[in-house]
Amino acid sequence: MAEAANFKAIGTRPIRPDGVEKVTGRANFGADLNLPDMLHGKVLRSPHAHARIKRIDLTKAQAMDGVYAAISSADFPQEVTSSLSKNILARDKVLYHGHALAAVAARTPRIAEEALDRIEVEYEVLLPVLTLDDAMQENATLVCEDLRTNDDESSPPSNIAASQRFERGNVTKGFAEADVIVQEEFRVPSAHQGYIEPHACVATSNPGGRVTIWCTTQGPFEVRSATAGVLKKTVSDIKVIPSEIGGGFGGKTVVYLEPVAVRLSELTGKPVKMVMNREEVFRATGPASATLCKIKVGAKKDGRVTAATAWLAYEAGAFPGSPVGPGCMSVFAPYDINNFLVEGYDVLVNKPKVAAYRAPGAPQSMHAMECAIDELAQKLDMDPIDLRLKNAAKEGTIAPYGPKFPPIGLVECLEAAKQHPNYVRKPSEEVGRGVAVGFWFNIGMQSSAEVNIAEDGAVSIMEGSPDIGGSRASMCLMAAETLGVPYETINAHVGDTESTGFCNLTGGSRTTFATGLAVVKACEDVIAQCKARAAMTWELDVEQVDWKDGQAVPKPGVNIDVEPLSLADIAKTMSRTGGPLLGRASLNAQGAGACFSVNWTDVTIDRETGKVDVKAFTAIQDAGRAIHPAYVEGQMQGGAVQGLGWALNEEYIYDENGIVENASFLDYRVPVASDMPMIDCEIVEVPNPSHPYGVRGVGETPIVAPLAATSNAVRDLLGFRINDLPLSPPNVLAAIDAAD
Amino acid sequence: MSKIYVSTTVNGRPEDVLCEAHQTLLDLLRDEIGLTGTKEGCGTGDCGACTVLLDDRLVCSCLVLAPEAHGKEITTVEGIADSQDGLHVVQQKLLEHAALQCGVCTPGFVVAAKALLDKDPNPNEETIRYWLAGNLCRCTGYDKIIRAVQDAAQELTPTK
Repeated sequence: MAEAANFKAIGTRPIRPDGVEKVTGRANFGADLNLPDMLHGKVLRSPHAHARIKRIDLTKAQAMDGVYAAISSADFPQEVTSSLSKNILARDKVLYHGHALAAVAARTPRIAEEALDRIEVEYEVLLPVLTLDDAMQENATLVCEDLRTNDDESSPPSNIAASQRFERGNVTKGFAEADVIVQEEFRVPSAHQGYIEPHACVATSNPGGRVTIWCTTQGPFEVRSATAGVLKKTVSDIKVIPSEIGGGFGGKTVVYLEPVAVRLSELTGKPVKMVMNREEVFRATGPASATLCKIKVGAKKDGRVTAATAWLAYEAGAFPGSPVGPGCMSVFAPYDINNFLVEGYDVLVNKPKVAAYRAPGAPQSMHAMECAIDELAQKLDMDPIDLRLKNAAKEGTIAPYGPKFPPIGLVECLEAAKQHPNYVRKPSEEVGRGVAVGFWFNIGMQSSAEVNIAEDGAVSIMEGSPDIGGSRASMCLMAAETLGVPYETINAHVGDTESTGFCNLTGGSRTTFATGLAVVKACEDVIAQCKARAAMTWELDVEQVDWKDGQAVPKPGVNIDVEPLSLADIAKTMSRTGGPLLGRASLNAQGAGACFSVNWTDVTIDRETGKVDVKAFTAIQDAGRAIHPAYVEGQMQGGAVQGLGWALNEEYIYDENGIVENASFLDYRVPVASDMPMIDCEIVEVPNPSHPYGVRGVGETPIVAPLAATSNAVRDLLGFRINDLPLSPPNVLAAIDAAD
Repeated sequence: MSKIYVSTTVNGRPEDVLCEAHQTLLDLLRDEIGLTGTKEGCGTGDCGACTVLLDDRLVCSCLVLAPEAHGKEITTVEGIADSQDGLHVVQQKLLEHAALQCGVCTPGFVVAAKALLDKDPNPNEETIRYWLAGNLCRCTGYDKIIRAVQDAAQELTPTK
């Protein structure tokens, strides 16, 4: 458990520095910027799931009053043939209902929309491929005619873009040793990230070729490189200024509008604003992969798992690149299993190209494994937590995906769960309970930070991680702890691509860990400079000066009688001691530290309607160290409710032609306040040795376990399992009727 | 197309605007008056990010045509904090409870929660959850928002 730590700032719950702006409506999000002489861009999207584009005629749109430009993929560099470029504007084929194929810029959004109606497109409608089963058949209709599995030129074209396989030990022998075996198939539907703020940007290009983009994004530097790639520009031609971001969850790590807006600005010489509506967000961005996962697990009578296999197929959408890789790597990650085999397939279908969604790939594969483990517990008549404890990975376990685990907190979370009053209190007869564990790898990657000290000693942090959930507060807390100054004297700012050092995106649960590490090191740089200034003032060697509680002091034993110099004291005189105090750090952070969780859901079921109600939900998670515990809880609660939505209701509904039938928040129903109970949280702290304060990323793990925890709760109550999600009223009712 | 004259009061001040017939109250606020605190999340009345008060009635401003606001009083998130007294207790409690993550739904929640407390100063959890069921939040799971509103109610009418 957490070592005794005597922190002053870390672990407190102050108000975030950008809070007042956000509760008063002052904070500027993606769609809030308007520039003088600005035009409005709109995108024409495919009405078909799969069709050849025989002709696009833009002339009538271009001729409209108020229209300044109309473009198609022909107006982009043809030598760029990346999936990204073909997703932004279709080339020869449209590959999903909603695929962009033309765009216009006009004086008003209304005129731009009217102009879209004047674009003439001649399609040759093709048969769409809509399911994993259809797409993986031999002789399937091909989404991409020249795609071959793993780029193997000797194999015939296929919708299977990639396959992978890894194993350990001998599964045949392992299953032979098993006393019980569970073998099941599970389907999870596509879910959308569902951020409340649609994609939005403003782009302006000057005649010298310099481009500025304001946009809502998780990664301004990634927007810069992606836009440069599609437009064959150099990154230094492009400046990206991130707005406040209204949710992303992985879905704002890719670009859709920005290169189009830049091209329209280049052609018109005016700033161009583009904002998606909600239907476009559903039809053309995100979602997470729909999956089919086949799991087989064998165990001895005492619960020890002897072998496990996983066969995982993930929809990639219309272009390669589903998160089946992390799906494969995470499926058995919580367990110490000697014999396993994992196979994964990345499969093209005529649906939008999938995007990262919070722990991308893990919720689906781990739903399957955690349901299978629950079945095992049923067969063995073991408590589901005891069964997991019996097999839990711990420090020193070789993770199924290769490395040896450093200190991790799975066992600690399981032990905390067993003792938790919500677990000890057994559910009543009309309530079902299901347990599952969650996991995410977390990443480090590159971050930079500058810490500027004003002449009054106030601290200003400049970094490059868009603040998606309170990260500015975490940065300020770590700076307060390191410098030894009050939190209230510190502010944190998210810079643009030319005002701060390179920084990878806010994703992979990396911000508090990696950018936080850069902030701590930049503060240490400031401290080193302050010690040098104090040494100069006191005519001592710098080695004779300490930094303690926010002040420079002579080291014990140094024979000098001086008052300590605070950061404010040193700042006041900095012009005379060497000029401005500016700390810097840049790094490629290693050792992100995996994050584990244990969740349980308590549900009731209305047997007349099939409606599952969540009566209680408890989340226990290892945060390494919770810098701002309220925002750690916030990640746990928000991820839990996203996972519950995926388990209970969320899915894309397509007709037989591949037309999305529920592209609105009315018909794609995310949880609302009245659907949910309070989400009880317990933070476990097993410090990450690769961070000075022990931080692990906490953002993604929370969405993983709720899917299986809810499935297992429904299983507990009904007495039989419904393998496929969502556990929506019609699906649950059909299962109840079939069982009667 | 000829424009329509719309005379309204927004956050206590008169605003006279020329609108097109198709424009919504949300367009009027954001594009004509420049009050971008009210957000568009869906344009179909499903997410509540554009919630404002129209003559003390809670509405999705994306579902109200701008000319319908003629002669009416509108309160947006920008009108909730008092320039003398600072933040409204609902805003303060949302901050203290860390009840916003990305913050894009927050303006709608601020307007809706204040309207609830004006009507029912002592709501129970169920009442708060159903009152706010028209406001989507994808980040918080609602827990801290509900607690913040409960705390705000407690501060407004402490139990004896």
